[in-house]
Amino acid sequence: MERPLRLVTSSPVDELARTLEALLVVASQPLTAEDLAIAADDDLVRVEQALELLGERFAEDRSGIVLEHVAGGYAFRASREAADACARLFERPVERGLSQAAFETLAVIAYLGPCSRPDVARIRGVAADSVVAGLVERGLISESGRDEGGAVRYRTTPLFERVFGLESLSALPRLDDLGGTTDEIRDRLEALAERRPA
Amino acid sequence: MHVRELELDLDAFEGPFDLLLTLVLREELEPRDVDVADVVVTFVERLAERERLDLDACGEFLVLVGALLELKARELFPEEQVELADLDPEEAAEELARRLEEFRRIKEAAGWLLQRLEAENDRYFRLGPAPLVQRAEPSIAPQQPEALAASLRALAVEPPEVSLGHMGLRFPPVVQFLERFRALLRRRRRFDFDQEAAELTRLEQAVAFLALLELRKAGEIRIEQAAPFAPIRVHKAGTQADTEEGDSSWNVRSA
Repeated sequence: MERPLRLVTSSPVDELARTLEALLVVASQPLTAEDLAIAADDDLVRVEQALELLGERFAEDRSGIVLEHVAGGYAFRASREAADACARLFERPVERGLSQAAFETLAVIAYLGPCSRPDVARIRGVAADSVVAGLVERGLISESGRDEGGAVRYRTTPLFERVFGLESLSALPRLDDLGGTTDEIRDRLEALAERRPA
Repeated sequence: MHVRELELDLDAFEGPFDLLLTLVLREELEPRDVDVADVVVTFVERLAERERLDLDACGEFLVLVGALLELKARELFPEEQVELADLDPEEAAEELARRLEEFRRIKEAAGWLLQRLEAENDRYFRLGPAPLVQRAEPSIAPQQPEALAASLRALAVEPPEVSLGHMGLRFPPVVQFLERFRALLRRRRRFDFDQEAAELTRLEQAVAFLALLELRKAGEIRIEQAAPFAPIRVHKAGTQADTEEGDSSWNVRSA
């Protein structure tokens, strides 16, 4: 018997969305739209449509599971309102107890990476060996080749972007936009100067 | 106004200025954590509250804050003083300023990350392995099997045979010394082994000693040595009141 002609769009996007939902629930790391298209064996444009549908369905205040665009891909996470319950049951080994030195080292590697331990030490003014080792162990940075001198270079991992809730490294604020400490100090001094009689 | 009693309220420290200096000098507080600009502003604010300009206080403050700044600058660039010394003062100052600026921005970036993490603290997600299937990607560049064969050929060459030439020690026969000692004892009742062996090489000495032991085993001689490393006396067997007693004077250590 002859099979009926199938139009390309005959399978509704909703069916594809269910497949993507299944893929995302199994995944332990963000999946890109391309990953999902290959796994679902479907068209990339339709996958993006389906993701949009899922984004509406799995949104804060609507569902306990939230779809987020993070670390260059899509992933499910718990809704923020369930955070307290999660905190009572789950540990957060990756981000717990990060030191000031760890934040500075992460900042250097996130902004200037891939860079080596000597690079980090040069900017921070102190040796970075143990801090870097700790960040590698947490999975926030990983090795990424070597520089001309043979020193191992590091860059931040997708896990870093995920933990900090960044879509990608380009979601970091520009360094020039940061701070305003000097401006604030200048303002305070100028205010003083104005108050003082000449 | 006492500069040393200036009350500070910084991120890293809260208390009088002289305590801050003490802690920095004792290395209990990192100079890099001290916001010197904040110290300066606090001082200037305190100064502004007064009617008259307190020059003594200003002078004292300049000295102390200058020392603090120097400590801080040194600590920030511990291993690069030589490199900076190569530059002329203006360039060095510019380089220092550039690096301080870089460090300040990184510190701010670190602050941003900390705030970000606090803001994202209520996001829980699954962590752990759901390993992805390996995709068959023939991503290896075209290969040259000949190159591999050439490398293997270089490895397959038999290594040169190790020379044992230096091990070819030739031992003179023990018999030679047996006969020599027997001949000696035919002429004399006793002789001094050390004297007889003095002219010999080490190897010959060893063989000569073996010959001595042979003779002792056969009961042809009696050996005496007063103490370890003392001269070895060899007596013809049967001379004097020898036999059993003589044996105890020989021991392993004398060999």
